[in-house]
Amino acid sequence: MSHVLVLVEISHRGHIADSARGLLALAARLGDPVAVVATREPLADDVVAKLGSLGAAQVYQGRSDAAGTALVAPQVEALAAAVAALSPAAVLVSHSYDGREAAARLAVRTGSGVLVDAVNVRAEDGRIIANGSIWGGNYLVDSATTGMPVITVRPGAVDESAPQASAQVTAESVTVDAATAGVIDSYNDAPEVSERPSLLGAKKVVSGGRGFGSKENFALVEQLADALGAAVGASRAAVDAGYSPQTTQVGQTGVSVSPDLYVALGISGAIQHRAGMQTAKTIVAINKDADAPIFEVADFGIVGDVFTIVPQLVEAIKARSA
Amino acid sequence: MRIVVLVKQVPDTSDVRKLDLNTGLLDRDAGEPIVDEINERGLEAALRYKDDNKGTEVVVLSMGPENAIKSIRKALSMGADSGVHIVDDSLAGADALVTSLAISKALERTGYDLVVAGNESTDGNGGIVPAMISERLGIPLLGFLVNMEITEAQVSGERQGDDGTANVHAGLPAIVTVTERFDYARFPNFKGIMTAKRKPVDTVTLAELGVDAAEVSSLDRTEVISAVERPARTAGTKIDDDGTAAATLVEYLATNRLV
Ligand SMILES: Cc1cc2nc3c(=O)[nH]c(=O)nc-3n(C[C@H](O)[C@H](O)[C@H](O)COP(=O)(O)OP(=O)(O)OC[C@H]3O[C@@H](n4cnc5c(N)ncnc54)[C@H](O)[C@@H]3O)c2cc1C
Repeated sequence: MSHVLVLVEISHRGHIADSARGLLALAARLGDPVAVVATREPLADDVVAKLGSLGAAQVYQGRSDAAGTALVAPQVEALAAAVAALSPAAVLVSHSYDGREAAARLAVRTGSGVLVDAVNVRAEDGRIIANGSIWGGNYLVDSATTGMPVITVRPGAVDESAPQASAQVTAESVTVDAATAGVIDSYNDAPEVSERPSLLGAKKVVSGGRGFGSKENFALVEQLADALGAAVGASRAAVDAGYSPQTTQVGQTGVSVSPDLYVALGISGAIQHRAGMQTAKTIVAINKDADAPIFEVADFGIVGDVFTIVPQLVEAIKARSA
Repeated sequence: MRIVVLVKQVPDTSDVRKLDLNTGLLDRDAGEPIVDEINERGLEAALRYKDDNKGTEVVVLSMGPENAIKSIRKALSMGADSGVHIVDDSLAGADALVTSLAISKALERTGYDLVVAGNESTDGNGGIVPAMISERLGIPLLGFLVNMEITEAQVSGERQGDDGTANVHAGLPAIVTVTERFDYARFPNFKGIMTAKRKPVDTVTLAELGVDAAEVSSLDRTEVISAVERPARTAGTKIDDDGTAAATLVEYLATNRLV
């Protein structure tokens, strides 16, 4: 079987990105998964073991002194070296900040087409086909390229895991042309958040909108999320107003989620917000305006005040689980 | 300093957008064509630098059909100095590799110190063209910026990441992409609208850019194999809160095993 490369992002604190599991699972479906990493130091044993347990039979390490200081370029060099060495059938990358930039730069090097934001991939008649869910899931589109595809995969879209493997490491030095890369001066890490699930791939999401009126009041959204074991989301208006961090924005220009349950609180349901949540299995909305468009897509809607209803919900859910 | 702002004309996302199910391409007739909001934010950032730094030239560059001139004029009315319009029938349905090739050639022709693009368009959502341009031109990319500072010799800012942000910088020439954390754009005033009509727009074809057909055909192509429309969602139960709605909702969640 041919190799399928997966770019595994490793944070500056040494954490393997959550996207690695799903990417390796898709790669295992298409061929022999190879995890490609770009780091300065040799890989720690626990990192190699973890990559094996996620399904990587081979780890291709591009070693560069610029890793951690040159923006994205070390990953591009590692991928380009791995492509040259292994002639893979496809390259899979997360549709993340670093991932898509690395995918794009690699594609120019290899003259390859990029299939963006896939939610699934499959091999059919010797071709690799990416399935995307575009414009808020209004359309499902299958696409392919004429040569080796570079595919970016939507974070959180893949549920499955690859069978475990035992990873063999190949290390190669790669050279980064500093003149063509941005420089990372320092990091401002977000505070490690509690036990709350991440929005990407969450099974339940509770989102709040401008209706909360202040950051203090937005805590009600978090309380309901915690009672349900859900991730916290927000509308763009709530993010713009500073009630919730930018990474929680759900919608066309934020995160697209497809949970079992989506609860929209004090959110009007603008078309751009719906684009990020309307493929949820069950949608619940609470809004004091009976004509709010969110009700057009809600399976269960309550016309009422979030300040009255949300505390009651939190109590009732806690009482049930007690 | 010459700042080139990349502008894409897209269908207004407040309208219902349609995909042509035969070609898998955007139906450009569905939805009012407008300047993508993210590009207006990028233009605003460039214009603010120009406001404070005399001698700055702001050029807007757009690749698109004939009617994309409307978006270029809009940008000129907001305060850009001149425009470049890449228009060529063979570019209809161009994928990112071809698009980035055409734009890179046009940038080389126009000249630039800083290129400002949006982090992703609202019709393609790829966010890959700027990175491809950086690779083609061999210049640094600072992508997904949440803020930006421009000086004579460099550009710097905070880049969004998965677990926070990073402080990044690059020497000029460079390309940046801005996110929605950049401010909304100014509105064109009357004087701007009047002078926009007289500002120069350089209209160029692929041949004029020196993009030869052989180079384009040597690139892999992306193809849509099939496209299906998902049925629209319908509204379910809606109740008025009479004091018992929370309890009814918890029952509903319990019945559906969601709590
Ligand atoms: C290019 C572009 C991209 C965009 N991308 C996104 C995106 O990714 N995500 C996104 O969300 N938006 C996006 N938007 C913005 C979108 O158009 C809306 O402006 C935004 O979603 C509105 O957020 P909201 O519903 O919180 O605010 P509003 O529209 O102001 O709605 C607030 C709602 O709260 C209700 N309310 C107020 N008080 C209470 C109360 N006490 N109890 C119950 N209900 C109450 C009101 O009835 C109202 O319906 C985008 C817009 C553009 C142009």
